[in-house]
Order: sequence, then structure tokens, then C-alpha cells
Amino acid sequence: MPAGELKMTMPTNQNTGAPASGGAAGGSVVLSAKGLTKEFKGFVAVKDVDLSVREGSIHALIGPNGAGKTTCFNLLTKFLQPTRGVITYRGQDITGLAPAEISRLGVVRSFQISAVFPSLSVLENVRIALQRPGQLATQFWKPETALSVLNDRAAALIRSVGLDAFINHTAGELPYGRKRALELAATLALEPDVMLLDEPMAGMAHEDIGHIADLIRQAAQGRTVIMVEHNLHVVEDLCDAVTVLQRGEILAEGDYQTVSQDPRVREAYMGSEHD
Amino acid sequence: MATKAASPNVADVTAGHKTSPRTIALMIIGLALILVAPFLIYPVFVMKVLCFALFAAAFNLLLGYVGLLSFGHAAFFGGAAYITAYAIKAWGYPPELAILLGTAFAALMGLVFGYVAIKRQGIYFAMITMALAQMFFFFCLQAPFTGGEDGIQGVPRGKLFGFIDLSNSLNMYYFVAAVFVIGFLFIWRVVHSPFGSILKAIRENEQRAISLGYRVSRYKLGAFVISASLAGLAGSVKAIVFQLASLTDVGFQMSGEVVLMTLLGGIGTLMGPVVGAVLVVSLENYLATSSLPVPVVIGSIFVVCVLLFRRGIVGEFNAWMDRKRG
Repeated sequence: MPAGELKMTMPTNQNTGAPASGGAAGGSVVLSAKGLTKEFKGFVAVKDVDLSVREGSIHALIGPNGAGKTTCFNLLTKFLQPTRGVITYRGQDITGLAPAEISRLGVVRSFQISAVFPSLSVLENVRIALQRPGQLATQFWKPETALSVLNDRAAALIRSVGLDAFINHTAGELPYGRKRALELAATLALEPDVMLLDEPMAGMAHEDIGHIADLIRQAAQGRTVIMVEHNLHVVEDLCDAVTVLQRGEILAEGDYQTVSQDPRVREAYMGSEHD
Repeated sequence: MATKAASPNVADVTAGHKTSPRTIALMIIGLALILVAPFLIYPVFVMKVLCFALFAAAFNLLLGYVGLLSFGHAAFFGGAAYITAYAIKAWGYPPELAILLGTAFAALMGLVFGYVAIKRQGIYFAMITMALAQMFFFFCLQAPFTGGEDGIQGVPRGKLFGFIDLSNSLNMYYFVAAVFVIGFLFIWRVVHSPFGSILKAIRENEQRAISLGYRVSRYKLGAFVISASLAGLAGSVKAIVFQLASLTDVGFQMSGEVVLMTLLGGIGTLMGPVVGAVLVVSLENYLATSSLPVPVVIGSIFVVCVLLFRRGIVGEFNAWMDRKRG
């Protein structure tokens, strides 16, 4: 029975999705999922999701609460193991990889609750990200001062997100918006090919949203971004492609205009929130 | 220009994290105390304290800096003690080689225990380490070479590097003191190393560390093996000091005792385990000649500590100093 549904829904998705994403960004597919499914003890959180994220695009995953966006994210970055389905990154099947390996390939994620190391300073937070590619992570015999070779690069990243004045502050004491900026700096330190941002604007004050949106736009230069986002103004402003999820399934796909005019989407989601 | 503006700040950060004058002063005082102690106090007692202090410091590396509570550290301590004692008594190894062998054995055992346990967290991790240690205890009870209930007794202390006679108690003392100081400084280095900073990051936010590409279980395993090796080093030296390796060293109580020392002194502080070891060993020594039952007194202290000052003695002291500074 699920297979029948699959055949019913799949062509619809492709019909709405294909022309739109082709128009938004012409790049080849970087990250894709086929038939992605996650079941939790009888509850299907994500069901047969097909996703194609094009090179250089900013791709949004939207949908009402409980639509399975974050689960989808966790599946793509392997923080959850999919029940079924295949995930490919640049043609390589990454379905069986551990989350740390996904990150090493260049697909780096952020979290809904800001992910900083609270008792470390801003500088140290970024340095942690730089240490692994810099081969400065396993040396237990070297003094901590060996890490100062990373300071200049870390400082440059911190400056790029506008946190220079806070470089010595303890990360846990920063206001929320700045924590998110710091998190972005640490993510960028890995020079990721694909960045997955889980609700980067969640809990953010209005004036911070514009700032973070600018940072994301800037960070997206030369890379692909996938983001879960509730704020539709941000999505409209920032994203080239939008996938709408509802109850774990794809409801619509395309650029913002196409999707926002889709009557099913309006009914399911936007009718209640956007108008 | 911006780079120049940032650089001095950056330097401050690294300087701020360098050893504070207070820490250096404390270390010098500690070292002086260790040097003069055998002339003031019974040397065997101080050696016992130093062995347990190193054991507790090794344990604290895992609990305080990685956040893993092992209930099986006696296996490393006691296992190394057996190997060292046996290597000296049966094979006639010189002490330095026997200690090395014991430590290497503990490292290997740490690798095996760690590999099995590291995938679990919290209570499950504690239970797995405890179960493995209990299995090892049973093995030591049954295996012929350990001497069963008697243990390996009368281990000759021998000559260190062929010319330092360890049966002289001052020679023995300064050797133990040197091992302790080196072991302690090594732990200090590990904590304040690039590796140590990743351990800290993992403890603070494991998910984020993973998302930054760190294979966290390898870091935890690394810390586990380092901790087990140093616990083994402490056990090996202890076997030579007391010329004895017995079931007490691998027993469950020993695993519990090291938890107690660390907790009393202060989890995650460098000096805490040392203070805790001094306290517990002194109490046990004192109570051994009094009519008070040792487990009851130690147990009461444990309860009071957990209820009233959870940060331990050194932890509370540090917090008090911070408050005073503002």
C-alpha cells in the first residue's frame, strides 16, 4: 500500500519541482535523497521523501510544526539512521556513513538550539572547528599554546560574522543572536561544501534576523545551503528553492512564488501563518 | 589594521589560559612538601598517599575532563600491580621494566574495556566498566599466578636502573615521588593540550563536536586508555612500595574508593584528587587504630560531601576564591 502512494505522489512532486528548481539555480545536484523514510515505532515521521539540492542554491525546507523537517535534517546528516531510502552526495552513496564522516566530506550542519561550547571563549569555539583540519586535535603532549597558530584564521572568521568585539568573551554569555553568528563562524571554519542550517532564525529578535540573513547570504557564496525555516519572509528573501513538507511527506516543491501559490500549500501552511 | 587590533586580544586569551601565579605557587609549595615529607611523616604512609593520589588523578582525567564515570578502575590499578609483582618475583625483572610492563598491561586492558564501554553513556557506561572489572576480579581470584586469596607477597623491591637500591626507604620514597610528579604533570599537560581542548568540547556539546567532524568515540577511547595507563602506573608502583599485589587492589571497593577520593577532593579540578587521596588515606590510617568502623565514617563523609559541597573541597575553594575576586 505505501508503494502505491509513492507512485501517486512522486510524479506530482516532480512536475511541480523540476521546472522551478531548474529555473532557480542551474547547477547539478549536490545532495539528494530518494525514498527517505523514518519510522519511530509505528509512527512515520518522514515518508518517501525525494529531495534534490542543486549546487550553489539556498534550499529551504518548510512546513507546519511536526511536518518532519528536523527529522529530515537529522536523516540527511545521519544523526538519525533512515528506515529506508538512499542519500547521495556528489554521486556517492552516503547512507551508511557516521555523522562525523558526513561532516568530513563537507556536509556540515547546525542545530536548532544554538550549538556553541558554552564555557569556551569565542576564539576557542572557532579554534575547535579549525583544529581538526589543522591536524591539531590529537596531540596530547603539546601545550595549549600550540593552538595559537590558528588564532589569526579564527580571528578572521570571527570578524567575518561581526563578533570581533567579543573574541575573548565566554560563548555561553553571548546573547542568542551572537551565539548563532558564532556557530556560523565555526561552521564556516570547516569550509563546508554543503551547509545545513536548522532554523537559524528561531528565537531571534527582529533586528537580528536581517543581520543573520545577510550572514547566510554571504556564507552561501560558492556553497550550497539547506535550511529549515519558519520565517517565510526570510525564505522568500533568501531561498532559491523550497520544499514543503506536511506530515512527513512532500507537499510541494519549487521556487517560492510557485510554492506559495500552490492551493494545497496555502491551505496546509501559509493560509494560517502568512496572510 | 583589523588584524592588528585582533592580535593583542588573541594573545591575552592564550595568556589568560596559561598557568596563573596562584597555580604556580601552589605547585611549588606542593613540590616542597613532597620533598620534605619523608622527614616529617612516616615515608610508607606518604608513598601510599602518592600512589593513590596518582590513581585518583588518572581517574579524574576521565570523570572530570571527559565526563565518563568508570566503576572499574581497580582493574587497571590492580591488574598492573599483579603484572609488576609477578614480573619481579617470578621472572626477576628490574623494577623499572616491571613497572613499564604493568603500565602497558593496564593500557591494553584500558583499550579493551574502553572499546566495549565507550559506546554507552552514564549509568550504562558505569555498569559495563563495573561488570568487566568484576570479571577481571574473578579471573584474578582463580588464576594460579596471582596467588588467589594470598596475592603475590614479598615482592623484592630490587635495584632501580641496576644501581639505586629501592629497599632503602628514602630511595624508594623519592622514586615514588618522581613517578607521581611526572604522572601528575603529564595529566596536567593532557588536560591543557590540543587533545584536551577537544575533550572539553566533547564534554560541553557532543553533538556539535560530531557535526564538526570529530569522531568523538576515538577521543573518549584515547582518554580512557591514558587514564587506565596512569592508573596502572600507580598500581605498579604501589606493588613495589608494599611488596604486595592482592585481590584488594582489583576489588570493587578499590574502584569505589577512587570515586570517593575524586568526589571529596573535587571532580574536574587538578588538585582535587590529590587532596581527596590525602584525606581518605589519612582517615583510613587513623581509623584503623580507633574503634570507629571505617566504612561507616567514610560513608558518612561521602553523604555529607554530596549533600553540602558537591564541588568537593578544591572545587568549593576555587569557587570561593572566584567569588572573592568578584
